[in-house]
Amino acid sequence: MKHIISPMDMTVEEIENLLELASKMYANPEKYAHICEGKKLATCFYEPSTRTRLSFEAAMLNLGGKVLGFQSADSSSASKGETVADTIRVVSHYADICAMRHPKEGAPLVASQYSSIPIINAGDGGHNHPTQTLTDLLTMRQLKGRLNNLTIGLCGDLKFGRTVHSLIKAMSRYEGIRFILISPDELKVPTYIREEVLDACGIPYVEVSNLEENLPELDILYMTRVQRERFFNEEDYIRLKDTFILDKKKLAGAKEDMFILHPLPRINEIAVDVDDDPRAAYFRQAGFGVYARMALIATLLGVDKKVQ
Amino acid sequence: MLNIGGLNQGIVIDHIPAGEAMQIYEYLNLGALDCEVAIIKNASSKKMGRKDIIKIEGPLTINIDALAVRNPNVTINIIENDVIVAKRPVTLPSEVKNIIKCKNPRCITSLDLTLPHMFKLTNKENSVYRCVYCEEAYKRERTKKA
Repeated sequence: MKHIISPMDMTVEEIENLLELASKMYANPEKYAHICEGKKLATCFYEPSTRTRLSFEAAMLNLGGKVLGFQSADSSSASKGETVADTIRVVSHYADICAMRHPKEGAPLVASQYSSIPIINAGDGGHNHPTQTLTDLLTMRQLKGRLNNLTIGLCGDLKFGRTVHSLIKAMSRYEGIRFILISPDELKVPTYIREEVLDACGIPYVEVSNLEENLPELDILYMTRVQRERFFNEEDYIRLKDTFILDKKKLAGAKEDMFILHPLPRINEIAVDVDDDPRAAYFRQAGFGVYARMALIATLLGVDKKVQ
Repeated sequence: MLNIGGLNQGIVIDHIPAGEAMQIYEYLNLGALDCEVAIIKNASSKKMGRKDIIKIEGPLTINIDALAVRNPNVTINIIENDVIVAKRPVTLPSEVKNIIKCKNPRCITSLDLTLPHMFKLTNKENSVYRCVYCEEAYKRERTKKA
């Protein structure tokens, strides 16, 4: 049994196997509709999340399994002071696999140390969100047909955006990757990501502050939202939240086969007039997220080989 | 040069950056010991210009690992029967438990106080330790300049 706490818990080969399985599930969902019958997924969400929780639930239901869980710390024993370790030891008797979201960084790792069932980190604070990374990888693989030789623009909050950090780590293991990091000075990628990931892996990158000028170079544009909940200071949030807005006019300079990704929710960083553009892939991306999670659940439960 | 009596048995912590001896004194809680402790500040050093030294008498159970995490450049001399039996730099442990604390307010250790504070050495060259839970880097406290 294995847990998925960080996107780097998986080797490139394991990720490839997972994405291949997700791709097959996407192509023939009916073949996989019963492989988790009799299995239960516990969704332990200590903070609200619409997309991730529903995506996990949809994934398990698509596989023929059942789901149970809680949606906030207030509706769990955490409100009475129960530790994550104790909660997961109990949940281990109720379900076969658990997806956990927690506002505190490292909580799913703690859970994995006490759990007798596989734990999937469904987001821990500003730290890791491995199933979002798998979703991003699957989306790029499905739309571009490859995960190598891509120029990827990351735009917005690159300092606090956990999806961005995870994506940089994951993509740094593929050949021919180049990053264009587009952000205001205050929200640049943290030093440790530059030094310990980009520089250490010899990945070419540039840090710029203009979206429009750099759009024509990109194969993928990954937009992010400036997240209010990651700031301790409301003034900083208000000052920086509208720094980069992608609209139809700016998009005119982009390649025809570029794709726009966004982990969602979007606030105003992508204007709604972009939604109809064939390059807008963020809603399709959310759809791919279900298949990425289906593949992960099936693999961790060991039922992935039921369909040949 | 100020002369401090030699040790029959004990530890000499050498090559402490000048001005940081008291931090180590407090960190190792040497004030709680009953044995003799000598602090030498601003001693001349060919290597460092000025340095601090701490001499601690007796068979001690000081956690040398703790010292390595906070002050990776100090050296340890172990004295037995008036002779230096070992002289070595402190070695960086690959993992430490409850030696240093994670100060990230978003870390699970800030909520669950029963958890041990665990750090892993992630960059040996720059002596970087990261919390195993949140991966926040441990920042060494340096002497404040006046």
